[in-house]
Amino acid sequence: MDPLVPLLKTEHLTMRFGGVVANDDVSFTLGEMELRCLIGPNGAGKSTFFKMLTGQLTPTSGTIAFRGQPVTGLQSHQIARLGIGIKTQVPNVFNGLSVRENIWLSARRKTTPKFTKPLVDEILEKIRLTHLAGATVGQLSHGQRQWVEIGTVLAGDPELILLDEPAAGMTDEETHRTAEIIREINQTRAIVVVEHDMAFIKMIARTVTVFHQGRIMMEDGIDAVLADRRVRDVYLGKKVAA
Amino acid sequence: MPAPLSRLLQGLAVLGAIALVVVLPTYLELFTLMQMTLFAAMGVLALSLGFIWGFGGILSFGQTAFFGLGGYTYAVAAINFGDSTNAILLAILFPALFAAALGYFVFYGRISEVYLGVITLTVTLILFNVVNSTAGDAYTIGQARLGGFNGIPSVPTFNAPYTPDAVLTPEAGWWVTGGALIAVYLLMRLLLASPFGRIAVAVRENETRAALLGYDPRLIKLGVFMVGGAVAGLAGALYVNWGAFVGPTIFSLSLSAEIIIWITVGGLGTLIGPVVGCVLIQFLNAKIGSQQAFNSNLVLGVILVGFVLLLPRGIVPTLRDALAGLGRRTGPRRAPASARTQIAGAE
Repeated sequence: MDPLVPLLKTEHLTMRFGGVVANDDVSFTLGEMELRCLIGPNGAGKSTFFKMLTGQLTPTSGTIAFRGQPVTGLQSHQIARLGIGIKTQVPNVFNGLSVRENIWLSARRKTTPKFTKPLVDEILEKIRLTHLAGATVGQLSHGQRQWVEIGTVLAGDPELILLDEPAAGMTDEETHRTAEIIREINQTRAIVVVEHDMAFIKMIARTVTVFHQGRIMMEDGIDAVLADRRVRDVYLGKKVAA
Repeated sequence: MPAPLSRLLQGLAVLGAIALVVVLPTYLELFTLMQMTLFAAMGVLALSLGFIWGFGGILSFGQTAFFGLGGYTYAVAAINFGDSTNAILLAILFPALFAAALGYFVFYGRISEVYLGVITLTVTLILFNVVNSTAGDAYTIGQARLGGFNGIPSVPTFNAPYTPDAVLTPEAGWWVTGGALIAVYLLMRLLLASPFGRIAVAVRENETRAALLGYDPRLIKLGVFMVGGAVAGLAGALYVNWGAFVGPTIFSLSLSAEIIIWITVGGLGTLIGPVVGCVLIQFLNAKIGSQQAFNSNLVLGVILVGFVLLLPRGIVPTLRDALAGLGRRTGPRRAPASARTQIAGAE
């Protein structure tokens, strides 16, 4: 692997919906094994950015390269096969199917049948839903469904994992567990996390990218970002300043 | 119900169905047997839509397009070949290819579900009008005259495989048709248990998630649609074998709509439901047709409205849940499922 080629690189990425500019000239670079947090107020363009990375939206202009390979304009399933997995903001799970089936559908893509079941069991253990393996996902709590989705992403064994608000709707204990899982998978995989929960960000963050009005406003270490006056003004408000 | 017990019961039910198909000619007079043959052929048609709608989430308003194409393909091929074996195979293959072509434009063109219904319905109408206007000597395929609105009379019926002289008796025709219904049912069960079937259900559940996991929803839906086309084509061949006749009314919209009613009544999302609904409604239709007091369309309408209001999930899912509830109440005493998960969750 050429160390000079970043895992993910976007250049001048722009997305317009009619007159609304959701992302404007976003140039973003992520290294192998990096853990990056994206923050920014609602409507800053974080989810739109994720949707372009996963082929759910085709950028108006600009390019995306995954390990140097251009992926701009590819279909979602083609990008997924290259090794980008995403947990979307609103849980995107198979509600009518069991927890085990949800994980299986992802696990079987990269494993031979013999190794699928052990992998599914391992993931169920990791997301602590072994006792609910047979339950229908639609009947679980919001936090549990978040974990089912995280589990399906992990089971696909992607090279890059995008997590859009993974801790939303979770209890404090579940949030801690999620942070633990994120640190654990970051041992071997690169992760980008979008989150609003600052306590959660502090648990996991090293480098933080701040989005504001569709653009990247700043990119720095967590402490520098939290100390920055502009960031406080646009996003963090008085809660952190106090 | 524990899984092994349920599987044993299902196995016994299939054996029972096979035994029924085998012994029925001994007990029924020819007229009733012919009627059962028709029901079984329509049951195959019901399965074709029950599969793509219930498990692929694709509601086709024109399943009779493939049914009719299968019927005509069989008739034309049987007349030309003088042997029914390859004609049946063609009647499966051609509608499947037609479904592939139509499905390609629909699914790869990202046409929404409502328009899928409109397009399939329109295709049925087009086929009806095209075939309806093929009267005269100009419209022959090989030795088969398409005959326009008169249709194709005296189509050769099924013969023993590759032996054109051994034409099947009505009893053997029943065995083939009833056997085909059971075989299609079992093949669909196998298909649904295979990775393809499980992915198809996943695509029905959430297309976006399936794509984000690396599955191409368009391809999966196209595959499901082709299976539906192939099975509907087989049903068409069975239907033409039953009546030794095929006419353009095989593409009728009323039959297309009726299949949807069969499935709504029997139970969407099951395989046995569409067959149950199909036999039940056809039986009722036949009974009502033999008297003058009620109009059968009126009764059909009342049944549909009644089911949508009172049993929206259909007969089979409602019965299944009722039986499961009964099994729990009379079974060995144990904590209800919700309490058990809570205990497990607390550990």
